[in-house]
Amino acid sequence: MKFDNKTYMLLETGSFARKAIIVGVVGLLLSVVGAFMDHAQFFQAYLTAFTFFTTIGLGGLFFVLIHHITGAYWGVVMRRVAENLACTLPFMGLFMIPLFFGMHDLFHWTHAEAVAHDPILQWKAPYLNTTFFIIRNIIFFVIWAWLARGLRKLSLAQDEGDVSSLAKMRRKAAGGTVLFAITVTLFAFDWIMSLDPHWFSTIFGVYVFSGGFLGALGLLSLLANMLRNNGAGEIITAEHTHDFGKFLFGFTAWWAYIGGAQYFLIWYGNIPEETIWFIHRWEHGWKGVSLFLIIFHFIVPFIILAFRAAKRIPVLIVSIAILVLTMHYVDHFWMINPTFNDHHFQISWMHVTTLLGMGGLFIWWLFWKMASAPIIAMNDPKYQKSVEHTVH
Amino acid sequence: MSQTLGVLARFENPAELIDAAKKVREAGYEKFDCHSPFPIHGMDDAMGLKRSPLGYIVGGMTLTGASIGMGLQYWIAAVEYPLVISGKPFFSWQAFIIVTFALFVLFGAFGAVLGMFHLNRLPRLHHPVFYSDNFARATDDAFFVSIEVEDKNFDEKKTQAFLTSIGGKDVELVAGE
Repeated sequence: MKFDNKTYMLLETGSFARKAIIVGVVGLLLSVVGAFMDHAQFFQAYLTAFTFFTTIGLGGLFFVLIHHITGAYWGVVMRRVAENLACTLPFMGLFMIPLFFGMHDLFHWTHAEAVAHDPILQWKAPYLNTTFFIIRNIIFFVIWAWLARGLRKLSLAQDEGDVSSLAKMRRKAAGGTVLFAITVTLFAFDWIMSLDPHWFSTIFGVYVFSGGFLGALGLLSLLANMLRNNGAGEIITAEHTHDFGKFLFGFTAWWAYIGGAQYFLIWYGNIPEETIWFIHRWEHGWKGVSLFLIIFHFIVPFIILAFRAAKRIPVLIVSIAILVLTMHYVDHFWMINPTFNDHHFQISWMHVTTLLGMGGLFIWWLFWKMASAPIIAMNDPKYQKSVEHTVH
Repeated sequence: MSQTLGVLARFENPAELIDAAKKVREAGYEKFDCHSPFPIHGMDDAMGLKRSPLGYIVGGMTLTGASIGMGLQYWIAAVEYPLVISGKPFFSWQAFIIVTFALFVLFGAFGAVLGMFHLNRLPRLHHPVFYSDNFARATDDAFFVSIEVEDKNFDEKKTQAFLTSIGGKDVELVAGE
C-alpha cells in the first residue's frame, strides 16, 4: 500500500485486503466445518474471537471519544485511523448474530430445567433471559454503530471544510462516553461474566474494557508504524509512536491494576461463590495460562515499555504491539474457556480458525474503511500542531 | 573586591537565541547557558544538552520503594511478629501488594521531584547573572546567552568579541563582589 501526500488517501490496499479476505473466508469455512463436528466447542472458540475483536473496536471508539473530549492535539494525525477502527463495530455486530443460535451451548442460564431448580438463577432471570439478552445486545451495537459512524461522518465533513463539526464531535463524544461506559460494562457482563451465572464481579466491565483499550492501542501503534513506513512518514513520526508507547505503558499497568483489584478483593474475602472463578483458572491445568498472562500481559511489556527506545524504534514498536495483541487474545481465552473446561486445560483448532476467520474479515473491513476516505484528518484546527508535535 | 563571573549577551528573539546557542557550542564552549522568558522548542538540541538521567533516578527509586514496601511487611508479618489473620499464611504477598505499589509510586514521585531539583541545582538563591542589571529583562522580553568564567575557552576580551560577532547586543562582563 501507499500513502498519497496530496490527497491524504491510502492507495493500493487491494492486494493486502484480498489476502485478508482469503484468510478470513477460509478460516470461517473451516470453522463452519468445525461447528458441524462439535458445535459447543465451535461456539466457545467463536465467542473468544468475537469478544477479542469487539473489544478492540471498542478501544478504537474510546480513543476517538477521549480524543474529542480532552481536545488532545498529539493524536489528530491518527484520529481518522481510530475512527475507522471504531467503524469495525457495526461489522462485528454481524458476527454476533450466529452467537444467538449458540446461546444454549454457551449460557447455563438459558437452560430452563436448570433455572427451575436454581433460586439464584430464578432471581436473576429478569435480567438473564434470552429475549432481553438479544434485545439489549442489539441495542449496544446500534449505539456503538451510531457513535462510530456519526463521529466519522462529522470528521469527514471537517475534511470538506465544515467548521461547525468540531463542536458537534465534541458534544457527541461527551454524551457518548456515558453511553459507552454503561454499554461496555453490560456487554462484558452479558457475554463473558454470565458464562458462569452464579459468579459476579462489579469491576468486570472495567477489566474487559482495560484489556480492549490496550489491544486497540497495540493495533493503532501497528497501523501508525505501517503508515509511517508507507509514505506518511512526514506526518506520522516517531513522536506519535512514542505517545502510543506511553499510552501502552500506562494501560499495561492499568490493566494489571484492575485485574489485581478484582483478584485482591476476592482473595481477601475468600468466599467460595466468588473464589470459584479464580480456582477454575488456577487448578486442573490452567495455572500456566494464568501465570503466562501475568508475565506477558503485564510484567514483560511493562518493563520493556519503560525504556524510550521501545516507543521509538520501529522494530521494537511492532514487536511490542504484536505481544500486546497476542496477550489480549490470551486474556479473552483465559476469561472464557476455563468456564467450560474446568477439569483440564483445553484448546481446539477451532480457536485458530475462528481467530483467523474473523480476523481476516476484520482486517479487510478495516482496510476498506481506511482506503475509502482520506486517512488523515487534515482540516482539524490542531492538525499542524499534531504534525509538529514532539515528545519531551 | 570585584571578581569576573562571566559574560552576558542579549539577543532579540528566540530564533536568534537558538542560532547563537548553536554557534557558542560549535565554538567549543561548554559552560554556557541560555536564558529566555519562556521555554523554546529545539533549545535542548541547539545547546547540545544530553537526555536527562532523571528516568533512571525515578526507576531506581521505584524499585527501592517497592522493595522496602514488600520487605517491611514481610519482616513484620512473617518474621518479627507473626499473627494469623483470617486464616491466611503469614507471608500473604497478595495483601502486601497494595503497600508495595503505594511505596513504588511514592518513591518514584519523590525521585522525580527531588531528582529534578538536584539535576537543576535547586534550590539556588543566587546566580552570578543576577549581578547584571540588564538581566531583569530575561523574565520579560530579552533572550540571553551567558558564558561562565570557568569555561576552558574563556577569555575576557575574546569571548566578548565572539558574542558580539554572532549578533549579541549589550555584551557585558558580569562581575560580583
